[in-house]
Amino acid sequence: MRLVSTFLILFAFWLVLSGHYTAFLMTAGTLCALGVVLFARRMDVVDHEGHPIHLAPRALLFYWPWLLKEIAVSAMQVSKIILHPRLPISPTLIRVRTTQRTDVGRTTFANSITLTPGTISVEVAEDEILVHALTRNGADSLADGEMDRRVTRFESA
Amino acid sequence: MTDALDLGSWILIIAGSILCMIGALGLLRMPDLFTRMHAASLVDTLGAALLLLGMTLQAGFTLVTAKLLVIGLLLFFTSPTATHALARAARARGVEPLLADQSATGRAPSKRVEGKQEQQ
Repeated sequence: MRLVSTFLILFAFWLVLSGHYTAFLMTAGTLCALGVVLFARRMDVVDHEGHPIHLAPRALLFYWPWLLKEIAVSAMQVSKIILHPRLPISPTLIRVRTTQRTDVGRTTFANSITLTPGTISVEVAEDEILVHALTRNGADSLADGEMDRRVTRFESA
Repeated sequence: MTDALDLGSWILIIAGSILCMIGALGLLRMPDLFTRMHAASLVDTLGAALLLLGMTLQAGFTLVTAKLLVIGLLLFFTSPTATHALARAARARGVEPLLADQSATGRAPSKRVEGKQEQQ
C-alpha cells in the first residue's frame, strides 16, 4: 500500500518535472520510479515514519490551513515589531511541554514552531522543546498549548 | 478575467517583496543571532509563499504551476529544519541568546536589549 503510493508520487513527480509525454520517456519514468521504490524497500525507509500517508488527509484538510493562518498572523506581528521605531522585542527562552506520542508528531510540532515567525525550536527532548521566542507575548501564547493540542489531535489518526 | 488575475498576482508578488524587504531590514536591526533568525524566517515562510502564489496566478493551470507548488512544498519542509539546525549548532557552540529577563543581574527587562541597540 505504502509502496504503491510511493510509486505513484514518484511517477507524478517525474511527469511534473519532465513535461514531455512521449512513450519512451513515460516508460523510462515508470522504470526509474519502480527502481527507486525497490531500493527504498530494501533500505526499509518506506514505513509509517518515512512515508506517513495515513496522516495526509487530516494534514491537508485541518492542520495545514490552520498552520498557514498562524504563520500569516505571526508574520504580521513580527513585521510590525521590525518596523516599530523602538524595536520592542523581549527575547525569551521557554520550555514547552509536548504531549505527542510519536516521533512524527514531535517533529511536526517542532517544525511548526520554527515555521511560525517569532518562535524557533532550539532543542528537542523527549517530552519538551526549548523554544526561543522574539517577544514574551509570543512565548506565552505558545505556552498556552493550542498548537500542541492541535498537533496531538492530528497525529492520533 | 485575465485583468483580475494579473491584478491579484501583482498584489501578491508586491506584498511578498515588501515582506522580504521587511525581513532584510529586521536582519539588520536585530541585536543578536537568535533574534535575527526570527527576521529571516519572515522571508522564507510568508514572503516566499506570497511570491510563489503570485507566480502561480501568472502561470495559470500549467506545468509551471505544478513545479512552483513543488518548490513551495520543499521550502515548507526544509526551511524549519535548516533554521533548527542553525539554532542548535549555535547553542552547542556556546552562543547564548540575549534575553529580556536577566533576573540574576536584576536589571529592568527591556533595558538590556535597548542598550544593545544604542551601541550599534
